[in-house]
Amino acid sequence: MDDLYRDNILDHYKNPRNSGHLDSPTVTAEGVNPLCGDELQVELQIEDGMVTDLRFNGRGCAISQAAASMISDVAKGKPVAEVRELGSEDVLDELGIPLTPIRLKCALLSVQLLKVALGDAPPEDPDLTWNSG
Amino acid sequence: MAVAPAHTPLDAARIREDFPILNRPVHGDQRVVYLDSANSSQKPRQVIDRISRVYEEGYSNVHRGVYELAVVATEDLEAARDKVTAFLNAPSRRGIIFVRQATEALNLVAYAYGRKFVGPGDVVVTTEMEHHSNLVPWQVLAQQTGADLRYLRITDSGELDPESLAALADLEQVKLVSVTHASNSLGTLNDVQALASWTHERGGVIVVDGAQAAPHRPVDVQALDCDFYAISGHKMCGPGSGALWGREELLERMDPFLTGGEMIRTVSLERTTWNELPWKFEAGTPAIAECIGLGAAVDYLTEIGMERIAAHERALTQYGYGVLSEITGVTQYGPPPEQRGGVLSFNVEGVHPHDVAQILDSVGVCVRAGHHCTQPVMTRYGLAATTRASVYLYNTAEDLDALAAGIDKVKRTFGV
Repeated sequence: MDDLYRDNILDHYKNPRNSGHLDSPTVTAEGVNPLCGDELQVELQIEDGMVTDLRFNGRGCAISQAAASMISDVAKGKPVAEVRELGSEDVLDELGIPLTPIRLKCALLSVQLLKVALGDAPPEDPDLTWNSG
Repeated sequence: MAVAPAHTPLDAARIREDFPILNRPVHGDQRVVYLDSANSSQKPRQVIDRISRVYEEGYSNVHRGVYELAVVATEDLEAARDKVTAFLNAPSRRGIIFVRQATEALNLVAYAYGRKFVGPGDVVVTTEMEHHSNLVPWQVLAQQTGADLRYLRITDSGELDPESLAALADLEQVKLVSVTHASNSLGTLNDVQALASWTHERGGVIVVDGAQAAPHRPVDVQALDCDFYAISGHKMCGPGSGALWGREELLERMDPFLTGGEMIRTVSLERTTWNELPWKFEAGTPAIAECIGLGAAVDYLTEIGMERIAAHERALTQYGYGVLSEITGVTQYGPPPEQRGGVLSFNVEGVHPHDVAQILDSVGVCVRAGHHCTQPVMTRYGLAATTRASVYLYNTAEDLDALAAGIDKVKRTFGV
């Protein structure tokens, strides 16, 4: 379990790559892991079928934020088709450690958001809510 | 059965020996420091063995067979009901209904009382500090019936805001109030008796979520003057069985919750009649061994003494609060330690609760990280989550020292 907080994860958590904002992003998406309160927001610049630039911002646990930072380096400069395919294997490869199912959800928030931004996954299902109004 | 005098200190180290899981190592050779009983409690050998004995010696379906095994199982189940009746000082066993846990108990009231007696514009009151299981059923009830749902708010220190109650004081009619006896995320203890008076003055019924109270302190539903009281066996050294106590005259007027076998008297294609209390609210074969196990848990706790358990927790909570307040960067939430139940909710600056809990796990300390099924509490304080340690009869001061040492490791790991 001590491996979980190895240097590269802590480094990405404290010094997240590709954070901040794009001047005019092509698409954006936001998401929350309500189980524990991890929040992430992603902005993508897409030109000629390539993700030429992207930004991740958020607050949350070291796994969720480090995974987003690591994946941002992987996704930058790649074709949209490749970025679409990023999934749990890629995230686990980057993190370099096994994760229990609960922490896996933290790690996957970033790739989930990429799919939402690219229109491959719906945001929160509105039918599954209760509203006071 | 002898009950130890209230002033005798509880021998937690001796009690710990009763719990098999607390005596097996985790992560190879770490001692288990279990500080998550608010989530679910560990079980003593006495309860585990009683459940096994049901299946080994006295199992059959209940309430119907004429053979000896059926008589034994039925008597054991109904004896467990009598134990729960005494545990809550309920006036009669006819008001004790076996359910899976407090969530089911609260849903039972929402459906069987709420759907029948709450109508459009009726006022239903709950609080901002509730566990989702005592919040969502009332939201859904209000949506389904058109009732007007109001919330009592909490102060910065996590207690019910008296101004919030005062704002509702002019209401002449309140249909239903539902409140927790003890908060699972802040430790707040609510004055149920006072809220019951307030509710009855306005013609309403008061429902109490006792999931975090009944395991930890004496509960007397008659003294509290409440109308419904929900408990969870799994939080009080028992298995997955719980109970709802309800005032008999209310239960008589309510329609059944789940229907089918057991809860009927006669069934024909034209007309079906209900069984008498309490079985009117127990459809289908009960979780027989679990209910008997709940009775064994009641025996176990009663023999130790609920006052002694409460006193033990009070001392540990104050000690733990003090230890945590000495660590720079730790913020604690909730009422002053001498006024709360055995819950310590906190944050370590610069580290997310999930990471705190993960590193604590590496040194054998089990705590919960997240919103603790109280998202409105988190929102109230502008938090995503907290880390929560909770104490029970098998915890010692050493456990809280281990918690503090673990937090030091968290701070070193993250360089904060």
